[in-house]
Amino acid sequence: MIYLQLFWAFFISNILGYGGGPPSIPLIQNEVVDHYHWMSIKEFGEVLAVGNALPSPIATKLAGYIGYQVAGVPGATVALLATVAPTAIAMILLLQFINLFRNAPQVKAMTQSVRPVVTVLLGTMTYQFLLGAVEGIGWIQTGILTVASYLLLETWKVHPAFVMVAAMVYGYIFIG
Amino acid sequence: MVYWHLFLAFFRIGIFGFGGGPTMVPLFYTECVKKYKWVSDEDFSDNLALANALPGPIATKLAAFIGYRVKGWMGALVANIAVVMPIVLVMIGLLQVIYQWKDAPGVYGMIQAIGPVIAVMTGVLTWEFLAKGWKGAASKTGVSISLGLSLVALLFLDWHPGIVVGIALLVSFAYSTWSVRKRKKQDGKEGAA
Repeated sequence: MIYLQLFWAFFISNILGYGGGPPSIPLIQNEVVDHYHWMSIKEFGEVLAVGNALPSPIATKLAGYIGYQVAGVPGATVALLATVAPTAIAMILLLQFINLFRNAPQVKAMTQSVRPVVTVLLGTMTYQFLLGAVEGIGWIQTGILTVASYLLLETWKVHPAFVMVAAMVYGYIFIG
Repeated sequence: MVYWHLFLAFFRIGIFGFGGGPTMVPLFYTECVKKYKWVSDEDFSDNLALANALPGPIATKLAAFIGYRVKGWMGALVANIAVVMPIVLVMIGLLQVIYQWKDAPGVYGMIQAIGPVIAVMTGVLTWEFLAKGWKGAASKTGVSISLGLSLVALLFLDWHPGIVVGIALLVSFAYSTWSVRKRKKQDGKEGAA
């Protein structure tokens, strides 16, 4: 039952991705790549890169695209519903009980507790992406692109979309 | 008419919300509090706190809350479709085009070159989470222990990441609830004495 699997994969990744986008990325990767084998880690990296270059939340972009790849328009709909509906409905139902949540120390503690886990998950993903790049284009090209994109993104604060396009132009000329 | 405005406002938020999550909050504020006055300043900040307390993307939760305030469940639905769908369509279209040309000369290199860029992006994100976890922690020993435990559970025991995250959430929720109760009890005793 592909739709049930899609729903479960995106539901569980987003419900446990406490603290917004980044924590849910490795959880989605685990379901999509490691568990259900809908795509390779390399493809997931490419999808994530394109997603990062576009506006709006990353979780919905991943759900929409991966759902569509796996099972067409119904697949995209199911994956998006699983991502958005549970927390959106919870939000509306809890509007009346807002005082329960204002300054609740539990929220801070929970956000904080997830961070070390997310660090390890994101670190592992980074390593896998690097490994994939080295296997694909070798140490030298990977090194050049890594250093250049780090400088562009972090030192010169260039928008990710432009860095992506620059890398693709470089790839077209020097790797293609 | 109201639905149209809802759609427009959330469409704009979706397409200009570069950086996702927290960077989109000011856009919500500008459109929904300042421009259309759908919710008051106070209502907005109170429910932003609620949205932060729930899991999942922040933008869709805010769209649900404001859409619901304006036009009930239908409003929430329209707002969410407007904020999510346009970019999902762009995403699907863009990747289809890239993959369609996969075998054309040069395109292989274009796709390959994305790898190191995304590695840098996730690498930076890893560092940010490590730094935030370290700075925000009440006890440095606590972070070190949970980092160590996460490493062992995820890399050596190969546990499902959802289970590890679930344990972290449960333990921290239980512990913070317990310490709040304890503090309240102590305060109560001191008050009585």
